[in-house]
Amino acid sequence: MPNTVPITVNVNGRSHSADVEPRTLLVHFLRETLNLTGTKVGCDTSQCGACVVKMNGVTVKSCPAIAGQAQGAEVTTNEGLAQDGNLTAVQEAFWNNHGLQCGYCTAGMIMSVTEIIERNPNPSAEEVRAGLEGNMCRCTGYNNIVKAALAAAAAGQGG
Amino acid sequence: MFAAEFEYRKAGSIADAVRLLSENPDAKLLAGGHSLIPLMRFRLARPEVVIDIGGIDGLRGIRISDGTINIGALTTHAEIANSADVQQANGLLAEAAGGIGDPAVRNRGTIGGNLAHADPASDWATVLTALGATVSVQGPSGSRTIAVGDFVEDAFATALAPDELITTVSVPVLAANQRAEYAKMAHPASFYAVVGGAVVVTMDGDRCTAASVAVGGLTPRPVKAAAVEQALSGTTLTMDSIADATSRLSEDLNAAGVDIIGDVYASADFRSQVAPVEVKHALLHAIGLAHH
Repeated sequence: MPNTVPITVNVNGRSHSADVEPRTLLVHFLRETLNLTGTKVGCDTSQCGACVVKMNGVTVKSCPAIAGQAQGAEVTTNEGLAQDGNLTAVQEAFWNNHGLQCGYCTAGMIMSVTEIIERNPNPSAEEVRAGLEGNMCRCTGYNNIVKAALAAAAAGQGG
Repeated sequence: MFAAEFEYRKAGSIADAVRLLSENPDAKLLAGGHSLIPLMRFRLARPEVVIDIGGIDGLRGIRISDGTINIGALTTHAEIANSADVQQANGLLAEAAGGIGDPAVRNRGTIGGNLAHADPASDWATVLTALGATVSVQGPSGSRTIAVGDFVEDAFATALAPDELITTVSVPVLAANQRAEYAKMAHPASFYAVVGGAVVVTMDGDRCTAASVAVGGLTPRPVKAAAVEQALSGTTLTMDSIADATSRLSEDLNAAGVDIIGDVYASADFRSQVAPVEVKHALLHAIGLAHH
């Protein structure tokens, strides 16, 4: 008998059912089963934040989680933020402020910045930096990322 | 990296979890997963069975009554940090919770999981030892209560029997004349404590009438600093008296008979020298002579 776990997860507004190996990480379920490759695997040690997604309303790292833990959950990835082809204010602000260099950390950064602004619609630069403690940019492009976050907040639309 | 293969079981209730543990004594419990899953991915842990307790609602939530804050084992660090009731009843709890890891880690990591994992670099073990907290654990023959200071026995080793799980962490509400603080040297990437010092002082004006001090991060389990506590008790707290008291921490570390941890980031000698500094910072914060 194959050792699998049946899961049903709502991802970006659509329900997905699959039989997964227990050791399947949530990030691999998103990337390899659902082909949502915006979410990245960076450090493999839960520190870098490239794998941040939203689960049941809060940001989580999807590489220290197995897919089975997302049973019945609502997950949003960076691909699920834009509606009808319109970028969110945060995505728009990253674009306008060149809030990315190589882009590898960007999906996680956008998920975390979105939560920062949801919780605090008018954050200071210091609060943005504290909120991004778990997201690393190895290009060290933090200044423009913070600029993008502040611009998104100023635009008045967190989501 | 992938974990070794394992069987996945989901526990629907505390009783269910105890039953599954009794049937699978080598199984590991999965709460938030932020300690266990990385260990499994690096193959430092290879449990054949993983019991997911993440769906047990009875293990969640914060209730305050009769001077005690009862925190369900599955309560996340973020829930503790953001709880207005906790901030009011015991500010140190909220502050320590808010200093763990990063926001996404705090959204997922749980207080029970953190204690059961017993990482020497855990903030909770040190803080809860100083606060005199207890854990309630449930097994097949009932429940029992253990002081956190006794619960953590060694690095990654606790007093939990193979068929027991943590259900509640209970922490005293601070009295109006008590001040509690925690100061740590954090690893810059993980924010784990390289050295942490937690203090609770009971004050009569400027005079300390009782003190509880614990250090962690540099030792396999938190060490209660009896010599420092004794030096603080009955003393008017000033920069000088605090410095005198914390200089006695080496006596406590020697008396504890534990190895001081050293690694590529911070040697044992360095950590030993930083420890009294962190306790001193915590005490100075506690009496308002320093600020975060």
